[in-house]
Amino acid sequence: MTLLEGRADQSVRVITRRGLILGAAQMAFVGVLGLRIRQMQIEQVEEFRLLADENRINIRLTRPARGLVFDRNGVPLVRNEQDYGVVLTRADVGDLETTLQRIAGIVGLSADEVDQALREISEANPSVPVTVANHLKWDAFAKVAANSPALQGVRPDVTPSRAYPLNTDFAHVLGYVGPVSDYDMTKGYLSEDTDPLLKIPRFQVGKTGVEAKMEHLLRGRAGVRREEVNAAGRVMRQLDEKASEPGANLQLTLDSRLQNYVQARLGEESASAVVMDIRNGDIMAMGSAPSFDPNKFARGISLADWNALMANRFRPLSNKATQGVYPPGSTFKMVTALAALHEGVIGPGLEISCGGHVEVGGRRFHCWRSHGHGAMDLHSSLVESCDVFYYDISRRVSIEKIASMGRRLGFGQHHDLPLSAVHQGLMPDRNWKLRNRSADWVVGDTLNSSIGQGFVLSSPLQLAVMTARIASGKSVAPRLIKSINGREEPVPEWEPLGIDSRHLDLVRGGMIDAVNKPKGTAYRSRILTEGMLMAGKTGTSQVRGITEAERSNGVIANEDRPWDQIDHALFVCYAPYDAPRVACSVVVEHGGNGSHSAAPIARDIVLQALYGDTPPLSAYPENQRGTIQTRQRQLKLRDPAVLTRKRSRA
Amino acid sequence: MSSVEFNGDNAPTGPGKILFMNFTLTLLLVAVAGLGFLMLYSVAGGSLTPWAAPQMVRFALGAGIMLMVAMVPIRFWQNISGLAYAASVLLLLLVESVGAVGMGAQRWIDLGIIRLQPSEITKLTVVMVLAAYYDRLDARKISRPFWVAVPLALILLPTFLVLRQPDLGTSILLVLGGAVMMFIAGVHWAYFAALGTGGGGLAALAIMLRGTEWQPLKDYQYLRLDAYLNPEADPLGVGYHIIQSKIALGSGGWTGRGLMQGSQSRLDFLPEKHTDFIFTTLAEELGFVGASSLLALYSLIIFYCIVSALRTRDRFSCLLIFGIASTFFLFIAINISMVTGLMPVVGVPLPFISYGGSALIMLMIGFGLVQSAHIHRPRS
Repeated sequence: MTLLEGRADQSVRVITRRGLILGAAQMAFVGVLGLRIRQMQIEQVEEFRLLADENRINIRLTRPARGLVFDRNGVPLVRNEQDYGVVLTRADVGDLETTLQRIAGIVGLSADEVDQALREISEANPSVPVTVANHLKWDAFAKVAANSPALQGVRPDVTPSRAYPLNTDFAHVLGYVGPVSDYDMTKGYLSEDTDPLLKIPRFQVGKTGVEAKMEHLLRGRAGVRREEVNAAGRVMRQLDEKASEPGANLQLTLDSRLQNYVQARLGEESASAVVMDIRNGDIMAMGSAPSFDPNKFARGISLADWNALMANRFRPLSNKATQGVYPPGSTFKMVTALAALHEGVIGPGLEISCGGHVEVGGRRFHCWRSHGHGAMDLHSSLVESCDVFYYDISRRVSIEKIASMGRRLGFGQHHDLPLSAVHQGLMPDRNWKLRNRSADWVVGDTLNSSIGQGFVLSSPLQLAVMTARIASGKSVAPRLIKSINGREEPVPEWEPLGIDSRHLDLVRGGMIDAVNKPKGTAYRSRILTEGMLMAGKTGTSQVRGITEAERSNGVIANEDRPWDQIDHALFVCYAPYDAPRVACSVVVEHGGNGSHSAAPIARDIVLQALYGDTPPLSAYPENQRGTIQTRQRQLKLRDPAVLTRKRSRA
Repeated sequence: MSSVEFNGDNAPTGPGKILFMNFTLTLLLVAVAGLGFLMLYSVAGGSLTPWAAPQMVRFALGAGIMLMVAMVPIRFWQNISGLAYAASVLLLLLVESVGAVGMGAQRWIDLGIIRLQPSEITKLTVVMVLAAYYDRLDARKISRPFWVAVPLALILLPTFLVLRQPDLGTSILLVLGGAVMMFIAGVHWAYFAALGTGGGGLAALAIMLRGTEWQPLKDYQYLRLDAYLNPEADPLGVGYHIIQSKIALGSGGWTGRGLMQGSQSRLDFLPEKHTDFIFTTLAEELGFVGASSLLALYSLIIFYCIVSALRTRDRFSCLLIFGIASTFFLFIAINISMVTGLMPVVGVPLPFISYGGSALIMLMIGFGLVQSAHIHRPRS
């Protein structure tokens, strides 16, 4: 073996050795790869399969049909309609600006609407369709549909929308729906709601009224459609589907025909009225005027319309029947009277002389009739609404007892109705004043409270409830929902008020004669029809203090004051007085005088409720029939056929 | 025994010498290619077009080339090694000046019928020239600095040109392939230690220079690096490929979703599902069983190459076979590491499986050389 050969052999040995090392290293690395694949495919398979399914399966929600709302006779108060719109998917659109301009040209969008669409598109996931136009007329919608092959990423879209066929009549009760907002979801009433439906852009939810308060029932449950999508988000096939469940259908206690009458009768006054069935608490009508068109809100109200509503000093958006609180004035005298009777500090025979005012603690408290009523007992004090009588008896019973009786009749109490704002009013007492005004209760406060002035505040709803309780002697509470999905809501067995029926009869007698006796403050608003005679009580509540100086110069007449200084006019009543069925309260804001402004309205409403139709003129006193007939003709009512037509399908 | 004393008389001659080739190796290659056709058929949704059929034609063409290469005596290939290397470097320079721009990278010359990718050829010619170099080099000189610098220059010249195209995958393959050759030839350990440290330093430098005007890599290459280090940070951006690839692979389970049933590839979540990322489709649809079978086939191919290399007493053949087997290994290692998230994404195809002509033909030529060395090995 030569040296050369030896070197060469050594070199081959090096190559062999290193080759073996390398080969081993390579096999080891392949082994590592195998272990890595094993780890991913065997140990982490569940995790990766889940991710693969998340990739491929798109869970799409299907919207449930929103529940319908009917009146007590089955007349539909809302309608589910199709809203025609245009949706755009950013990922499929080439030039966004040009496409939007073309859509705007076809359907007629304003620059503001285009800007809003641009903003919403930029905030959304590019593969999620965004609504760029809605509430389109059919022909504009058809044009988009015809053009959609040329408009990449744009397609026509039909979404459910809500319409209110009886628009202004039920605006305050039903409220309206609108697209769910960030506010609803973060701070509003939906902040605890985790329903995935709310994530659908512009999903319609109740914003006010029954629509909002019964949202959980009306909305229904989302259906789920699972579809397989590819990486571009295109649907390849549908996997399975769980149908949506429509929302519950509600039947309200309201009577659409009476409601229409009430709204029409209140007209353009800033007024409200509540009609209640004394026997079961059903709210038969709840009017607040002026009203507004909820359809405008459901479709997205224009700034001009909104500004007009906000500028109206009669506050059309406020539901005055539950939200408006007023000093009840003389309608509160029944409370004071019942408190005094209940405590036994007065009897039916007690007479007090009214000289037009009393002096208490160096202050003068006036009766509305400046020269006084003369000798007054409980009955005549209600009939003629003498203030001095109540100043006197209130000092004998104390505010605590008056407040206690007030609460028993519903003052300062929250009536639980599914409405946006149900004000609980105020039934003041010593504690309340100490806590809220940091002042001691003085005897003057008691005197003011006894005639429903001072701190006492109540809503028309509370006044109607009080009247129903006095008329029935039971703690009737208002009801607005008659049935849910065809299941009648049970009428509770109303507890007796715990007031001696003789006391109630005394007060009722006063109310009967206040309407039916010539001396009564509401005599002009009496009903003549046998078996429908009405009992009631007027109220006129001051909204300003009257100085002694003004009094000595003669109190400025209501007609001479600016509108917001004029007294509120109130009237509460029930009928028929011998078998009470209907209780009604009417408040005309700054209406001047209860017997002139509120009582005639209440009578018309009560007659309409009792007759179920326009009452005959014979129900009215003869000398008023001419005026009444004129008014009946002028009143703009809906076609009764519309208001009695039942739902076509079951 | 050195080539100087090579006794050609004992080697088979004439057309019949094809019977002396390594049939096991050939069968293994056909098996892997068959699995590749199956996957291309599957990712096309159960269709021979657009991928499986053209790939079969290419494989047939490649097999013909392999046999032709195998029939030519290994001594011829040894003699033209230097020439082939020079030609491939010239072609790289040509690409630099006239190459068509495709996929954002200037990589091929369009010859009308086929698109020539000089960088692919370079992978082979570098191995060839280094094998020839070390065959001629006196064993005592192997670790002397000058004789280390020469092969280093032979490796780095084409690497530099490829990196400029830019083609990071091929650059890495060239450097690693060259390093493997030097290692097998017996270059002293210390050089590799120094290379490791130096490489680490260079990598650190490349990362530090990012964003400056001297940054050595393209922006997309840095983004791939980011995506590798933290793919979840940008799931819809640069991390998308890695995440989707891991999901596909991981969801395969033991036996996979079945052919054409892989949701990730069928629904286009996988990028490059028929080329660089085809392994994920295979793993998704055929599961761990399919993936590990492929790994086993690959391992056997490498194993038989190594056996063949160790059996030959010709230094050039031995070095060449090791070099080609290592290049083959590097393709596999880099590709699978990439799709399993062990390595950043670099454009390296999976041999005999990925759709594409250049790499396939190059590998077939390489295995033709292996067969030639096998057939023409010195016999005593």
